[in-house]
Amino acid sequence: MKNDKLILGGKAFDSRFILGSGKYSLDLIKAAVENAGAEIITLAVRRTNTRESENIIDYIPDNVTLLPNTSGARDAKEAVRIARMSRELGCGNFVKIEIMKDSKYLLPDNAETVKATEILANEGFVVLPYMFPDLYAARDLQNAGAAAVMPLASPIGSNRGLSSKDFIQILVDEIDLPIIVDAGIGAPSQAAAAMEMGCAAVMCNTAIATAGNIPLMASAFKKAIEAGREAYLSGLGRVLERGAAASDPLTGFLRD
Amino acid sequence: MKENIYFVDSDKLSNKALEKKHRLEQDPSSRRNHMEYMPGMERISSDVMDKVISQVNSYDYSQYTELDVKRALASDRCSIDDFKAYLSPAAKPLLEEMAQKAKLETSKHFGNTVYIFTPLYIANYCENYCVYCGFNCYNDISRKKLTAKEIENEMKVIAESGIEEILILTGESKTMSSVEYIGEACKLARKYFRNVGLEVYPMNSKEYKYLHECGADYITVFQETYDSEKYETLHLFGHKRVWPYRFEAQERALIGGMRGVGFSALLGLADFRKDALATALHVYYLQRKYPHAEFSLSCPRLRPIINNDKINPLDVHEAELCQIICAYRLFLPYVGITVSSRESKSFRDGIVKIAATKVSAGVSTGIGDHEEKYNGKDINDTGDEQFEIADNRSFNQMYQDISDEGLQPVLNDYVYV
Repeated sequence: MKNDKLILGGKAFDSRFILGSGKYSLDLIKAAVENAGAEIITLAVRRTNTRESENIIDYIPDNVTLLPNTSGARDAKEAVRIARMSRELGCGNFVKIEIMKDSKYLLPDNAETVKATEILANEGFVVLPYMFPDLYAARDLQNAGAAAVMPLASPIGSNRGLSSKDFIQILVDEIDLPIIVDAGIGAPSQAAAAMEMGCAAVMCNTAIATAGNIPLMASAFKKAIEAGREAYLSGLGRVLERGAAASDPLTGFLRD
Repeated sequence: MKENIYFVDSDKLSNKALEKKHRLEQDPSSRRNHMEYMPGMERISSDVMDKVISQVNSYDYSQYTELDVKRALASDRCSIDDFKAYLSPAAKPLLEEMAQKAKLETSKHFGNTVYIFTPLYIANYCENYCVYCGFNCYNDISRKKLTAKEIENEMKVIAESGIEEILILTGESKTMSSVEYIGEACKLARKYFRNVGLEVYPMNSKEYKYLHECGADYITVFQETYDSEKYETLHLFGHKRVWPYRFEAQERALIGGMRGVGFSALLGLADFRKDALATALHVYYLQRKYPHAEFSLSCPRLRPIINNDKINPLDVHEAELCQIICAYRLFLPYVGITVSSRESKSFRDGIVKIAATKVSAGVSTGIGDHEEKYNGKDINDTGDEQFEIADNRSFNQMYQDISDEGLQPVLNDYVYV
């Protein structure tokens, strides 16, 4: 397991749990990061646009890689502008592209996301696009220079789990980039399931932010993600369709 | 139904003015047609109004039973019919269950965050006779319009207190508070604040576009009541009398490029269940047409004004207000809900734990008196207030109180793009 690293933009990470920083009190961020064992934390650039007293950046431990997101962008142009702003603010060159043109479900706009990915990858950003799990869009993102793709499991904040499981599996099978499940994961068991499928990492925010005990839930997710990863690496045992395997093989009649 | 007594005569009005006022009050034929647009008012092609009004007209809330409410509570979605059940009298015994469910929805979309902002009134001149409003043109109050220098001074004082989001308001007088005047205020506000909203008279989409370029990103317009016949009896004179032009203000603002729009009925003016239904459906149908836009709801109740301390929200008690806000949250879980300083500290402290996501603090509804209120500086030359507030907590106190409740105060999470 020691050599099992998540590589993003040339950087190696031991943890496969990307933690969100929204929707819960800033003073709990440190405990959540520690209990999650997370090495990457997302933050909305829009939340950094404030005066010192409550700036979210001050609450994030130094050894953690910031993954600023472009939340609030409605098209590629706005996402590019927010990403550049983030780099100027000293948030590094990782960026998670979020482009939503629907205030109700906050579903990502794949076409605009591809455009923004291309521009930002060319500018040297490590681009992690949040997307709707569509094979063609994932290929376009790969060609545009994305460092990973981040398909949604179900609508953001819904805690509904892997509603799009079959389509995420297609991305895992067909795309040569890390597939990081983002949005909608509501319980550690769902995170484990995503990892068993071969996803490279899980990003989670609301399930932890709305838990009764935030640090404890962060710890539960950490274990689930590690368990799911180990299950994937060890090769899941075969599942027999109906009862035991036939003792006489159907092809037993073949002679030469 | 009980009614407020609104008409108050000032002894400073001339005989001629009094005569006109009384005629407007007593003779409906002396009032212009409130459904007819005035010259210069833009007409847009939209079916949103018809959709909202036909739903409201057919809404018979007495038909809903406790079973309908229970069915809605058991569902993980909320249809228009479920929302109608939540607003009905049958839901009152289930208010606690509604609140529990609303809290869950709020936390899914907003976590534990509560936004803080403050309103800044820059002028209280008004050309309308709206009988319940302290700014109405017949009300004997001290009028004032801040100069650019005074506006900047107020903004400095507010910004120094820590506030990052501002809502600029005027009385509804295009003559005294021109679009350009408001635009200059927006430009100044961008120097001191991270987020600038406007609550001013409805205007055309081109004017909204101009104000957007000046730095405003949000437009709030209160429809007051969606019952156009009742509206006619409350807004007796002035451009505000034109009900449909007001209804379409948010849509024109979105056409003009504004990022977000705010809505509200003033609860206590008419049938509050129908007004709450209309307000939420106004958002619902506009969201379908402009899915990228951001939407927010306010839920003000009638308050006493200078020269008429008897005005009250009638049958909209705190329980009814809570029911409305919970119903809003369940029907429109992604929408911001603002509860203003018209409500008491105890109500606001309670409702932010259930469904409200934004509160005002350090509020004055008067003109040019922030330095006096914030820093204790004696200022004589101020303009009177639009209404009496009930919660006069300062920004620091509000910030502390929200934190003490285990919630997270957010001063802004906004970037201009």
